[in-house]
Amino acid sequence: MATRTAGAVKRATSASPHDSWENFGRAMLRARFAEDKLASLYRAGRIVGGVYLGRGQEALSAAGGVALRKGDVFAPLIRDMAGRLAFGEPLIDVMRTYLGSRLGPMKGRDGNIHRGDLTRGILPMISHLGAMVSATAGVLLAKRMKKEKGSVGLTCLGDGATSTGSFHEGLNVAAVEKLPLVVVVADNAYAYSTPKDRQFACADLLDRAKGYGIEGEGVDGTDPEACLNVLGRAVQKAREGSGPQLVVGRLLRLCGHGEHDDGLYVEKDLKNSERGRDCLSVMEKIMQDRGMGKDWEKWKDAAHQEVEEAVKKASEEPVPDPFEEDWRATRTQGAAEAWVQE
Amino acid sequence: MSVTYLDAIRAAQEKALRDDPSVFIYGQDVGKFGGAFKATKNLAEKYPGRVIDSPISEDAMVGLAVGAAMEGMKPVVEMQFADFSTVGLNQMLNHAATTYWRTGRPCPMVLRLPSGGTPGSGPFHSQSMETIYSHYPGLVVMTPATVEDAYSMLLEAIGMEDPVVFCEHKLLYYHLKAEALPSEAVPAFRAHVARPGRDVTCVAYSAMVHEALAAAEELAGEGHEIEVVDLRTVKPLDTDTILASVARTGRLLAVGESWPWGGASAEVVARVASEGFELLDAPPQRLNAKDTPIPYHPNLWAAHRPTAVRIAAALREVLRY
Repeated sequence: MATRTAGAVKRATSASPHDSWENFGRAMLRARFAEDKLASLYRAGRIVGGVYLGRGQEALSAAGGVALRKGDVFAPLIRDMAGRLAFGEPLIDVMRTYLGSRLGPMKGRDGNIHRGDLTRGILPMISHLGAMVSATAGVLLAKRMKKEKGSVGLTCLGDGATSTGSFHEGLNVAAVEKLPLVVVVADNAYAYSTPKDRQFACADLLDRAKGYGIEGEGVDGTDPEACLNVLGRAVQKAREGSGPQLVVGRLLRLCGHGEHDDGLYVEKDLKNSERGRDCLSVMEKIMQDRGMGKDWEKWKDAAHQEVEEAVKKASEEPVPDPFEEDWRATRTQGAAEAWVQE
Repeated sequence: MSVTYLDAIRAAQEKALRDDPSVFIYGQDVGKFGGAFKATKNLAEKYPGRVIDSPISEDAMVGLAVGAAMEGMKPVVEMQFADFSTVGLNQMLNHAATTYWRTGRPCPMVLRLPSGGTPGSGPFHSQSMETIYSHYPGLVVMTPATVEDAYSMLLEAIGMEDPVVFCEHKLLYYHLKAEALPSEAVPAFRAHVARPGRDVTCVAYSAMVHEALAAAEELAGEGHEIEVVDLRTVKPLDTDTILASVARTGRLLAVGESWPWGGASAEVVARVASEGFELLDAPPQRLNAKDTPIPYHPNLWAAHRPTAVRIAAALREVLRY
């Protein structure tokens, strides 16, 4: 397991190319500020649908997004704003979905955390947990059959999703096919309100990697540099043909399950432990220690401004119109029946 | 030289593999073994790397196909039995079926379901699943009844940009024969008048078409002309052909092998009742399997599903009104 030591910090400094470090830091900030904004817009009744935040999970998520490159596939889950932005999802598309603009990638047909953009390699998640594991594996199998080499797929889920049959079937089939799939489990100790001792009885989710015959690595999800190192390594191994990689990040979500939930069930001791640290504060300290405090402030200002501009732009855009909607769920001529079209 | 319904399914898959490099077959035992029913016999040898054995993971089989379809491939997934596709329902109904609507990008895949009852198969190897799949938006559901349709409709299904559930009937696999594979075909979404008549319209699909035809033959001996309409595809449902037939006959019996609550036969009756009310000379009727799990013993099974004898009795009732 990666540890938080001065040594690790130094290693990461020399190992991280500046642009990916900057992308990483900026993605964390952009995600945090965007989500803070979404939370206040939610309280103001401005959001269409629910709001589920990734507060406290930005480092782990962004590290996955940074480790990927164009041509890779990313299947985020509900707490992966940072990973999405690091991978290249435009912030305006985020705000378009939450604020109900019809110019968003899902055109009002699906929303918020379900957004995706297949042209950018971002799979739109369905709500059924674990389902994206085999779907991401399918994209990778297709790429292999098309002789497209070098692509990696990365999908994220929480500790609760590891209880599903889909998670097991998906990881198992990816292992059988030796696909370049990275599965990132954000172990935030609770699935909604249910503590993890009601989800599984194994001591450490990382132990499951062995059962699937794949490699796995654990990481302190509150340590930005450790996350970068471990995710970078996992993606690299997958890219080089070592098969699926399981990464388990230990952290806490520093908010409720959704903005409708106060999260009071999270134990105080856990909140006050190292695991409850805010990865963004840790990141800020690292930046200051590196003499990059001014950069950090600059990134913050830029992120704030970008969020405000995106909210303003999306708020002014047209909303979906039921009279202009093409109410057909199929593409084949004649597959949608006359009586449903009215 | 004759071709069975199963030969036609195998031949259609071979043609699709030959003609389109984006097609691949995925399922349990489909590789070297050739599938539980031999629907993929010799295909793995002829098309290496494109006929792939899957683990016993129906959820992941369909999920993997969804991902591959999003990436531009055309997967054909074989479920060993239609019944087991319940384990993959989530990926089919919530993932495959919603992808085009949510993203505007197609999800072209075919889910092949060896369906329907055969003697001694029991509750878990006999089911007809078309009702469940048809209920969800975003899917096409085909139920071919003939060798020719098994071939041409499967090819059409593989060429479609939507996810298609292809319900092939196991009872027809070996016994139903044709002289040769068809060189041309009626479009899959059009129903077909399998036997013309003027007294009652009997709407059926899949194996029930053959039971309905046998019943029609029996009633012909009693002086009644039964028109048998083969739906071919249950979603979309060709309402026009059904209404045109009822306009000729004034009477309707809709037959389905699936259970009685809802389903294709109920949909047919509902549409004729609302859109063709004035065409009717008698209340529209339906006949389905009994509302119990499908029995194992052949004696019970024969009484559970609609047969030519039961269909003939139901037709006499409709005629008597």
